[in-house]
Amino acid sequence: MTITEPYKNPSEQFHAVGEDIVDLKAPSGPIEKRWDDRKFNAKLVNPANRRKLSVLVVGTGLAGASAAATLGEAGYHVRSFCYQDSPRRAHSIAAQGGINAAKNYRNDGDSIYRLFYDTVKGGDFRARESNVYRLAQVSVNIIDQCVAQGVPFAREYGGLLDNRSFGGVQVSRTFYARGQTGQQLLIGAYQALERQIAAGTVEMNTRHEMLELIMVPDANGVERARGIIVRDMVTGEIETHTADAVVLASGGYGNVFFLSTNAMGCNTTATWRAHRKGAYFANPCYTQIHPTCIPVSGDYQSKLTLMSESLRNDGRIWVPAKLGDDRVASQIPEDERDYYLERIYPAFGNLVPRDIASRAAKYQCDAGKGVGPGGLGVYLDFADAIERLGRPAVEAKYGNLFDMYAQITGEDPYSEPMRIYPAVHYTMGGLWVDYDLQSNLTGLFVAGEANFSEHGANRLGASALMQGLADGYFVLPYTLANYLADGPYEKVADDHPAVLEAKAAVENRISTLLSINGTRTVDSYHKELGQIMWDYCGMERTEEGLTKAIGMIRDLKTDFWANVKVTGVNEELNQTLERAGRVADFFELGELMCIDALNRRESCGGHFRAESQTEDGEALRHDDEFAYVSAWEFGDKQPTLHKEPLEYEYVEMKSRSYK
Amino acid sequence: MNITVRVWRQKNADDKGKMVTYGVENVSEHMSFLEMLDVLNEQLTLSGDDPIAFDHDCREGICGACGVVINGQAHGPQTTTTCQLHMRSFEDGAVIDIEPWRAGAFPVVKDLVVDRSAFDRIIQAGGFISAPTGSAPEANNLPVPKEDADHAFESATCIGCGACVAACPNGSGMLFTAAKITHLGLLPQGQPERDSRVIGMIEQHDHEGFGGCTNIGECTASCPKGIPLDTISRLNRDLLGALAKGKA
Amino acid sequence: MAVSGLIMLGYLLVHAYGNLKFFQGPEKFDSYLEGLDDILYPYLPHEGALWILRVVLVGALVVHVYAAITLWRRNKVAAGYVGNTRYQTKQNKTGYQRSYASFTMRWGGIILLLFIIGHVAQMLPNWLSPGGASDSKYERVVNGFELWWVVLLYTIGLVAVGFHLAHGFWSALTTLGQNHSSTRRSSRITAVSIGLAVLIAGGFLTVPFAIFFFGAGS
Ligand SMILES: Cc1cc2nc3c(=O)[nH]c(=O)nc-3n(C[C@H](O)[C@H](O)[C@H](O)COP(=O)(O)OP(=O)(O)OC[C@H]3O[C@@H](n4cnc5c(N)ncnc54)[C@H](O)[C@@H]3O)c2cc1C
Ligand code: HEM
Ligand code: SF4
Ligand code: FES
Repeated sequence: MTITEPYKNPSEQFHAVGEDIVDLKAPSGPIEKRWDDRKFNAKLVNPANRRKLSVLVVGTGLAGASAAATLGEAGYHVRSFCYQDSPRRAHSIAAQGGINAAKNYRNDGDSIYRLFYDTVKGGDFRARESNVYRLAQVSVNIIDQCVAQGVPFAREYGGLLDNRSFGGVQVSRTFYARGQTGQQLLIGAYQALERQIAAGTVEMNTRHEMLELIMVPDANGVERARGIIVRDMVTGEIETHTADAVVLASGGYGNVFFLSTNAMGCNTTATWRAHRKGAYFANPCYTQIHPTCIPVSGDYQSKLTLMSESLRNDGRIWVPAKLGDDRVASQIPEDERDYYLERIYPAFGNLVPRDIASRAAKYQCDAGKGVGPGGLGVYLDFADAIERLGRPAVEAKYGNLFDMYAQITGEDPYSEPMRIYPAVHYTMGGLWVDYDLQSNLTGLFVAGEANFSEHGANRLGASALMQGLADGYFVLPYTLANYLADGPYEKVADDHPAVLEAKAAVENRISTLLSINGTRTVDSYHKELGQIMWDYCGMERTEEGLTKAIGMIRDLKTDFWANVKVTGVNEELNQTLERAGRVADFFELGELMCIDALNRRESCGGHFRAESQTEDGEALRHDDEFAYVSAWEFGDKQPTLHKEPLEYEYVEMKSRSYK
Repeated sequence: MNITVRVWRQKNADDKGKMVTYGVENVSEHMSFLEMLDVLNEQLTLSGDDPIAFDHDCREGICGACGVVINGQAHGPQTTTTCQLHMRSFEDGAVIDIEPWRAGAFPVVKDLVVDRSAFDRIIQAGGFISAPTGSAPEANNLPVPKEDADHAFESATCIGCGACVAACPNGSGMLFTAAKITHLGLLPQGQPERDSRVIGMIEQHDHEGFGGCTNIGECTASCPKGIPLDTISRLNRDLLGALAKGKA
Repeated sequence: MAVSGLIMLGYLLVHAYGNLKFFQGPEKFDSYLEGLDDILYPYLPHEGALWILRVVLVGALVVHVYAAITLWRRNKVAAGYVGNTRYQTKQNKTGYQRSYASFTMRWGGIILLLFIIGHVAQMLPNWLSPGGASDSKYERVVNGFELWWVVLLYTIGLVAVGFHLAHGFWSALTTLGQNHSSTRRSSRITAVSIGLAVLIAGGFLTVPFAIFFFGAGS
């Protein structure tokens, strides 16, 4: 017998492995007291001193707007940034379904503990218990806060708040405002923010994009996040903003796939620039792919549109049983249809969780049974529901979604089934943060979708809105104050070497992009990158595919820096330049996502490794090896993996089954 | 299909600007209007021209970023946002005129991009309920009749796109302002600040250089969210009420 | 604007109704007009009520015209004109649903103003008196409306009144907070406005038309 070498993960050809990390702020004691204890032990700032303490908040989505407004109310000097022309347009506006809270208004057995339990389990045991518990705790305050601001949640005839059930949980705890919950919550936070702008506590900088983080050592040599470099997107001016602390609430990075349900401008630039300055990027490979989106109709497609998951309550999903059956759907007889979800998952049928439904659709299309342009779609059929409930009932329940479908596709979903296909929707990964939402860089806090916390490997429906607002309204105001209590820090001069260096880096990058003057457009690179990511780091990942993808991304990136064509100059509104900068960062992030996916040789949540499945094709976790958060440290040559082990004291680790 | 577009090109706020004609070939009827512009922009970029600048983000009809005047109509021939308009609404060979929102309060930044920050300042002048974080009572302590809540919601769906201003022959921002007054004024939480809100917001509206409303109704007709016209009457009632109480 | 417009509108309604007394013949018509001089007599002096009315009307007109000009100027700036046009396109000049009436408020208003001046001048006792002076107001009216160009000018003026009110009445009530309808077209006030416009324009036109086409009063 030969002596086997200690096993080496094939991913290690692309990265180093560093020391484990721990969350130094992690609380202990009974879980329900941890957050109270943390708040009690947090240092306070005398109201008279707050004005002297300044904070930069990048992003005005639910997380950023709520944080900036609350910090402004408390009296801190806040400067806020977003790339849109108004803070009200942040991507949070697009969320449809709802927001969870453990109010138990339905008297159906919900509780903080149950929301905590569902979220840990839903996250496939890859999130921290303490953080999730806190999230469940403050969820109830969020609803109170929003109602006080005038958010018009749906109500019952008695005037009390209505709830719906969402995302396969057994209780009704989702608060909603028709199909526009994100919009209404964001408008609430936006109005609170505008109120502070009027009061002079918050200075708003719209059409300003953060392009670099400024780290400055303090008197004791401790490097602290002290500012950012932003570009005024109208004049092109490169501005320096310094403060006592920096908050990134810049959203998710789903647009690395080019096609996603995210807004066109969603980007990783803010978080990636921080990562390059030393902030760990955690679990980048965890992406959520949503099963019910309107399929791609052509190669001009610029984004994908989500249709609420609720459609799966009454719609039946099928594909033609025979290969190459190109009859119109209604012409295909019942016995020549394959209702594959009902067939494979008799217990849950069409209501299996998002990741399973998405993957099943992919398998059907990969097998050549897909319908519609390019064979990338499956039918979502309401014929039975219309027969059973009558058309008026279906209209009342889903009318707006049907209209949206008709508007986009030009087809009438009442007479022919809709076509759906999965699309990238949410990114669970993000910058690593501790219990205080502080990254490993001192003074850099990260909130909302931009951080990695709370959702583990898979996010449950209606919990991103909850997390964004929890972070901004109720967590950061305490933990950030605790940090600021040691300030104000020595003022950073505009000509401090660290500032000059950051500014020069930004200017160089811009002038490089503008000077290449090659032959390919930015979008063509972005589309190609997206296709690589989708093919190899999408719904199903393999060692071979990921390895290949890493090579392809590297080649494409090299080509980009040699051949991209960016027209115009810096000193103007230049949307091509904006996109070029974002795509350049997406290349680097995409590569890291593949490396992370390659390292994680297990299937968990949104991450499915083909090599790790049960006999009947279900996801197989490896808790013994992978019950950790992957926190990646940037390196010029290669990234370094730091593992943060996860322990479960309260919820027992089990595997999911939906058969 | 093949179409011709005539687009307003203006380098920056100081430039005079003019209409420029471009041909776009092989347009699919399934393309959204903005995707058609994307295709044109790819063409322009490759030929070394400056692509056309236009605002957009969600492309789902909810963020309110997009918006151009198409053939003289704000957001084009259908009551929807520009991003949700599809090329099947046009005929093969069509000549499509594309212009920015025109309003004194919305100066052109570049091409089809305008500065709508005046809307934010109207909100700053009172478009909120003062409820500092942490001060909120238990949510269900405050029942709101369903009908009021639904009505408030209807007005709260305004996406702040500015089509109402672009469509209004007077360049008035009344519908936008009225939508917010109605949203907050219908809820019990909004009552304490009701008078100061309407006065503050109207003062700011006028100060920003929006026109005076003469009730033509183009705003509602072009509003992608169908904000109803009676919100303006409600605003006027609130305003008269507040003025009668001497709150100005 | 709304209040001054409504004051004038109220006056027009009474005025149009009064004019119909023309058909009761010269005596009744002249004595009706004389009776106007003594409204509320002896509480008010002879012609007292009329003078109050005249002051209020002229006041309303001045306020109205002043407000109209101010609004006009403000809105022209607010609409963001580029040179002389707002949008360069030649398509959909009426937007989605603009009515002719709402289009013509401004120029129509100017026609109206000229008409009012002309009308008052004509009716001043024996000053311009087209068609011949007389001590009977009835006769002066008849003399005037036998001339084709007077009738034509009146028709133009009153059609302008009609259009102005078709939009103006709706607009005034909405400005005063009385619209409860989600669109302009679906509002009941719009229907009432159009009815009112037809009634007033038609009411005023009956007299000149009757005289000119049917030879009434001669
Ligand atoms: C179609 C859709 C439907 C959804 N529905 C639901 C739902 O029903 N329930 C639920 O819980 N969740 C839902 N989600 C997820 C949820 O909406 C998001 O995760 C959440 O809103 C993110 O909020 P955020 O504040 O972290 O970031 P965002 O709202 O994305 O805000 C990011 C902000 O950062 C700014 N920014 C970004 N980069 C820069 C930069 N470089 N410089 C300056 N500023 C920058 C942007 O301007 C913006 O203001 C949905 C998501 C999508 C796409
Ligand atoms: C017989 C006399 C008149 C009557 C009864 C009348 C009536 C009205 C009414 C009811 C309104 C609507 C007010 C509002 O929306 O608040 C209005 C508006 C207006 N009027 Fe008059 N008016 C008269 C004369 C004039 C004259 C002489 C002018 C000319 C200068 C004029 C110009 C306007 C203008 C510009 C508006 C603005 C509203 C718009 O554009 O819609 N009006 N009028
Ligand atoms: S009222 Fe309608 S048209 Fe005006 S800003 Fe709001 S959504 Fe846009
Ligand atoms: S791009 Fe968001 S509404 Fe059109």
